Amino acid sequence: MNWKTFAAMLSRDAHVARRNALPLFLQILLQPLLFVFIFGQVMIRSGMVTAAYKAMLLPGIMAIAMLMTGATAVSMPIIMELLTKEIEDRLLAPMETKWLAFEKMVAGMVQSLIAGMVVLPSAWLLMGRNTGVSFAHPFEFAALMLLIALLASAGGLAMGCSVGQSHIGLLFSMVLAPMIMFGCAYYPWSALNSFPILQKVVLVNPLVYASEGLRGTLAPHVPHMPILLVTSILVVADLLLITFALNRFHRKTIG
Amino acid sequence: MPIGIRTRDLRKVYTSPPPMAATGSMFRGPKKKKDGKKDGKKFEVTALDGVSLEVHPGEIFGLLGPNGAGKSTTVGILTTRIRPTSGEAWIGNHEVWREQVETKKLIGVVQQKPNLDFALTAREILEFHAAYFGISSKERVQRATELLERFQLTDRADEIVRGFSGGMMQRLSIARAMMHDPQVLFLDEPSTGLDPQTRLLLWDIIRDYQRLGKTILLTTHNMEEADALCQRIAIIDHGKVIALGTPTELKTSIPGGYLLRVRFSATPDGVVRRLKELPGVSEVKIQGTSADLYADRGGALVPAIVAAASAEGAELSDVHISEPSLENFFLHHTGRSLRQ
Repeated sequence: MNWKTFAAMLSRDAHVARRNALPLFLQILLQPLLFVFIFGQVMIRSGMVTAAYKAMLLPGIMAIAMLMTGATAVSMPIIMELLTKEIEDRLLAPMETKWLAFEKMVAGMVQSLIAGMVVLPSAWLLMGRNTGVSFAHPFEFAALMLLIALLASAGGLAMGCSVGQSHIGLLFSMVLAPMIMFGCAYYPWSALNSFPILQKVVLVNPLVYASEGLRGTLAPHVPHMPILLVTSILVVADLLLITFALNRFHRKTIG
Repeated sequence: MPIGIRTRDLRKVYTSPPPMAATGSMFRGPKKKKDGKKDGKKFEVTALDGVSLEVHPGEIFGLLGPNGAGKSTTVGILTTRIRPTSGEAWIGNHEVWREQVETKKLIGVVQQKPNLDFALTAREILEFHAAYFGISSKERVQRATELLERFQLTDRADEIVRGFSGGMMQRLSIARAMMHDPQVLFLDEPSTGLDPQTRLLLWDIIRDYQRLGKTILLTTHNMEEADALCQRIAIIDHGKVIALGTPTELKTSIPGGYLLRVRFSATPDGVVRRLKELPGVSEVKIQGTSADLYADRGGALVPAIVAAASAEGAELSDVHISEPSLENFFLHHTGRSLRQ
């Protein structure tokens, strides 16, 4: 393992991400933040939902922002880099190629974590300080954030190495949009009690565990899945996705 | 100490269309099938069929062949980008596939199609590339400046490369491959798409690099380039080395040396017999109404050919004379032109 090479590649990705920060930020975060505004201000002030909805909503918005940012930050560049072969110079750098895949995931994790952290102050601006979330369990919170960020970036790498450029639009409308809607981000999983089949089906959606986990640590008073269960499922999902992503990456890059 | 390259019985069979690693035009569809069946379902292409080569330390070695001959696959295997089906490849004392990281430290690679990092400027591309190889930041800046100057890219050094012309991208790709001062430089079709002036600049740069004691392996389907640059050439076709030697050795090994391609209104058997008997003609190959004559002289034979044809009632309709060249050599061995 060649740490100098790894660090140089991270700094390359940071350099490129900084250059594209604003458009990337708007592309990913605008929609969830608008959602925060509509549900956290408009609907509450007009009395259509209660103020308690804020605490329910905010962890879900964080989960969406993290998954979308991490997945996009890894998948989009990799699809282009594989297409134009511009990734070649990094494949030829003196480091085993699998570490390039890990480097991509680490870069994606950092962006995913930043996106998650940006949601909080933005939400305070849009919903007022009294959002009802608490940081009473910092270690749980940190562990969940890392697991979710890794889920996002490993998922992004797996998608980026499986989908061609012509299918990006389809990926967003067919995979990511239903994932967000059925990801228990805007409502707790227990809200699906009256839809028993749907409630089982959504369990394949990793966003469910991200939303429910963050809800459990940030707003424990809201109904949520047990944190230990969520954490274990996220660990398993992360490992499976990493294995799958590394395999896809290898097949895409070595002839 | 210059470093050599060695391969032993390299084979590469693709069972599915290759990913990004291999380029070359042979992958439009299965051409050759091992089992000979024409079911069209099983994809199997033999790109390399037992290639053994030895490139001496410090020489410029050329792989010459038409598109799809296996040149890029050979380079891909030697540069850790394509896994061989069987056989071995060494860069110096390092077995490429067992010691990939060590191998990558020794080599610089210019691929057939420019693959520059489109998110970066020209200068950043060079500096980041050097950073991947652990070169200190002071040295990176200095080398990038020198190479940008050398490759006449200083004016555009701080622009994102997306807007660069093909020639500029190619020059930058070569500069990038030299950034970490590799012992062995691979150039896959380096002058494709370059204007003549840039091609000469490139040739100078390649020769200068060799003078520093580096080993250079280049692929080309341009005989002129192989002839001008390479100390030794391997001619490769359908995944096999069909000839190896210095350009002069190869050129003079063809019977006669001169090639006269002539076309007649018709080719009765008598014409062929008479052509074979002409003075200086060593070989005649007939294809339909045209004939390839290998001979030790060129234009001086034409009157005799006209006479031979008219004696048999055929009329000469076209003559093309080429002097001893690698093109003729290739044609002689494969019956095809390099450009086909």
